[in-house]
Parts: sequence; structure tokens; C-alpha cells
Amino acid sequence: MSESYSASEMMIAVAARMLKGARTVFVGVGLPNIACNLARVTVAPDMEMIYESGVYGARPERLPLSIGDPTLVSGAVSVVSMADLFGLYLQRGLVEIALLGGAQIDKHGNLNSSVIGDYAKPKTRLPGSGGACEIATNAQRTFMIMRLKRRAFVDKLDFVTSPGHLSGGESRSRLGLPGKGPEVVITDRAILNFENAEREMQLSALYPSVSEKDVRAEIGWELQCAPKIEEVSPPSLEELRLIREELDRSGMYR
Amino acid sequence: MNNNRVDKLLSMRDAVAQYVSDGNSVAIEGFTGFICFAAGHEIIRQRRRDLTLIRMTPDLIYDQMIAAGTARKLIFSYMGNPGVGSLYCIRRAVEKNIPLPLELEEYSHYGLVGRYAAGAARMPFFALRSYVGSDMLTANPHIKLIDDPYGTGKIAVVPPLNPDVAILHAQRADRRGNTQIWGLIGMQKEVAFAAKHVIVVVEEIVDESIIRADPNRTLIPGLIVDAVVHEPYGAHPSYVQGYYDRDNDSYLAWDKLSQDTAAVNAWIDEWVYGLENFAAYVRKIGQARFDQLKPESYPALSVDYGRYR
Repeated sequence: MSESYSASEMMIAVAARMLKGARTVFVGVGLPNIACNLARVTVAPDMEMIYESGVYGARPERLPLSIGDPTLVSGAVSVVSMADLFGLYLQRGLVEIALLGGAQIDKHGNLNSSVIGDYAKPKTRLPGSGGACEIATNAQRTFMIMRLKRRAFVDKLDFVTSPGHLSGGESRSRLGLPGKGPEVVITDRAILNFENAEREMQLSALYPSVSEKDVRAEIGWELQCAPKIEEVSPPSLEELRLIREELDRSGMYR
Repeated sequence: MNNNRVDKLLSMRDAVAQYVSDGNSVAIEGFTGFICFAAGHEIIRQRRRDLTLIRMTPDLIYDQMIAAGTARKLIFSYMGNPGVGSLYCIRRAVEKNIPLPLELEEYSHYGLVGRYAAGAARMPFFALRSYVGSDMLTANPHIKLIDDPYGTGKIAVVPPLNPDVAILHAQRADRRGNTQIWGLIGMQKEVAFAAKHVIVVVEEIVDESIIRADPNRTLIPGLIVDAVVHEPYGAHPSYVQGYYDRDNDSYLAWDKLSQDTAAVNAWIDEWVYGLENFAAYVRKIGQARFDQLKPESYPALSVDYGRYR
């Protein structure tokens, strides 16, 4: 038997499954936050969530509306200054997995969240880095969460805000960046990974009723495929129940 | 310049008149919460000009101040309406020079925190593991890569930042300016020690004995504070932990309103120029709204420091 579900619910369920066993996750608001909370009650019971606002081990009693929401403070393990959060938690290497997104991503997982167009005379001024640049640099592993759209998956970024695998291959480790860099891109239609020598994004799994052609249509370069393309199972009834009845009761992110 | 005067209590009008001048660099800080809108509005009301505004997350407060023409430059690390969307007034200034051109100087969060930390300790730079491989290095010449003198390779550095004035909102302070904050302590300590002048704005003025009974909670000592302003609800529509929640409807309303220049100007006329002070703003919002924003009580156990004599 199957229950209908939205693309966002599928993304949340997939991201949560990929956080299996994680201990520390650096998280933003919106979908990643719901995914972390879902993971914590399903596959990652020991997970503690870390927010750049200075919170370690948040236990939000409502859906946080921003990363500085006061619900993240009440009931947390520790609240520290941002200097300590970035220095002692992130740079110290205590963040296992960071969830990141951006307006644009390229084939090596570099992210742009700064400008569309020329930096000095932008067509659109985006928010900028926030903590993304240092998170992408220092987190042990990075998972990207982004909707698959041609204007987001581009051959060349207008601006590199946060480093991924840079120009590919060993270029990231050659420059001495501590974290291993992007591992997967979780989208609303498919999962992509970087498991090849070039560290180039490749299709690794498709969601139900999505074809390889559908995915290619949304990507601005000649997409490579993994040797074997898996099929991802839809959200379970239990995952849907948790998302709808406990984690996002108002339906804001569905 | 600062001292340990016993009573530094001033009205917001006097504090801004004395410590914020045209052309100054001003940091009204606090991450998502503790954002002193009362000070921002007073700076608009006193028609300050050519300010360099500094905030990690410019938020609605700088969107309003930039729309009102107070600033010529913005130093920041994340320019969004938190959890909502864009800051349209700042974007209009950057993209279309409305009402005035705005120069931007951009960092990542850790970079700007590092600038405050270096400024606070009066050090020549702060080193951090970031920016390698990012175009932020070329976009902002103040961020540099240097060789680690101990041989581990390249490391990014940022210079100190010492604002002319820092304005920080908190739960409570005594009349000397000894200030206690709980909740997101973000960068308030660093920016306070970095600044040349400090104005603290609080929900409650308390006796010095209350401060001394819980010294671990004192983030900012009166030693570096010039003025103390008592301004209940002065961080609205942002929040103060344990006192009032963020008025998210206001953030959503601003998202709509701020897309239209005329609507923004009308809003500033009505809610800033049209009011004598922030107390009038609070009355205009109405106590009923603040009652809705009051969180349920969730007190910590008090701790026992012991008495040693």
C-alpha cells in the first residue's frame, strides 16, 4: 500500500536516512532541521544538533523559524559564543556532518550563496556566506540539500562562496582543507555523489518514477552516472506520520 | 575615556546624542535576538548620516536604517531576513542606489567574529581556517592568506575591527553598566570589548548586589560601558530570551512591505519619525501583543557559589 507524499517529504526522509548513526550534525533551518529531527527519532538516537548561533545539543520544542530561534536555547546541552562555536566545535573537528545548500552548485560541489551576476554589480544580491564557508572547510563530511533546478546546477558558478572539491581530483586536500568535502547531494528527484577520481558529481540513485533523463534536464553540464544507479524507496508511513504529525504540524516545509 | 562612574543611566535620546555622531562606525549587535531596534529608531530619528553600519546579520534593523539614509557602508556576514527571505531595502541600495549608494564589506560569520575578537584583545589579526578556495578572498582585500610561521601552510587572517560605538541589548544591568545576558551570547562580549564606546540597553535595571550574586553571568563589565539605557521591549520585533519571543508576524509583514519604497517611507514616518521615543512605539504596539509574546516560564535551578570568609 502506498501513501501519496510531496517532493519535500521525500527529501526530508532521504536526508534523515543518510544521517544514520550520526553523533553531531551542523544544521540550518527548514528542511535540514526537519530531516535532523526525523533522524534523531528514527536512525540516529544519539544525534546532537549544532547551530552556528552558538547552540550545541538543541532540543527544540517547536519548529525553529530561524537558526537563532529561542526554542533552540531552552533545553540545549550548551550555549556558547560564536567564537567558541566556530573555534572549539567546528574548527576543532567535532562536527561529523554538515548540511549545506546554496543558490548555485557546480559539478565539484562548490557553492554560491553570494551573488548572481558580477560581484561588484550584482544582478541579484544573495545573503552571502554566513558560516557556510568555514563549515564547508572544516566539517568532517558535507551533505548538500538542494532542489534539482537547472538554474541552480550550473557549469560555472558566478561566485565561489564555499569550497567543495574545488577544481576536482585532489585539489581540495592539496590546499589542506581539513574536512573531506561534499559527499552527496540530496535533491527532490535523485541522489548524486562524488565517488570517482575526478570528485565530479554523478547520479547515484533515483526516486520513484523519476528517470535519468528527468535529472539530466535539470543539470547544466554533461552528468556522469555511477556504475550502478539505485532506486530509493518512498517515505514510509511512519516517516510521513512523524513529519506531518510531530515535526512540521503546520506544513510550512512540506 | 570610560570609567567606573556609579550612575550611567541615560535616556536613549541622550545616549545616541552623546555617543553616535555622523560618520561613525556603529555596531548594533545580537544574533537574531537582543537586536536593539530602540537604538536604531533613535538614530533614524536624530537623522544621523554617513554611518558605517556593522552587524553580522543586518536584519530588519539595518534594512530600516539604510532605507532611512543613515548609512554609506555596511560590514556584514549574512544578509537575509532570518528564516523569511531577503532584505529588500539593502538590496535596493546595493542594486539601484536607493535612497543612496551603499558600499559593502563582506565576511563569513567566523571572519567577522574574528575581527571583533582581534579588536577586543587589541591584536593585529585573527587567524582562522576558512576562505581557502573561496572567492571571498578576492572580493574582500582585507581577508588575507599568510604563511603559518610554524610551517603548516597557508592560513587566513582578518584584521581587528574597533567600532566607534557598540550598542548591545541585554536582560539586565546595574547602573554602572555591569551587564548580564543569557541565551544566545553570539558576539556581544567581543564587540563590546572591541568598541571605543559601549551603550547597553536593558529590560531591567537591577541592584549591583544582583549582579555580584551571579558573576559568571556577567558578559560585559561596567568598566567598558559608557551609557546604560532602560528600554523595556527595546529589542522588539526581535526577542529577549525569557522575556519575549520574536514577533515573527512583524518579520513576515516587513518582507511584504519592504518590497515597496513608498510603503517603507510611510512606515518609517509612522513608526519612527511620528513617535517621540520607543516607549511610544511600545504603547502603539499595545501591551496585548507583548502579553502574547511572553514565553511560558522555564527557570533554571539557581546555583550556589558558596560564601568564603
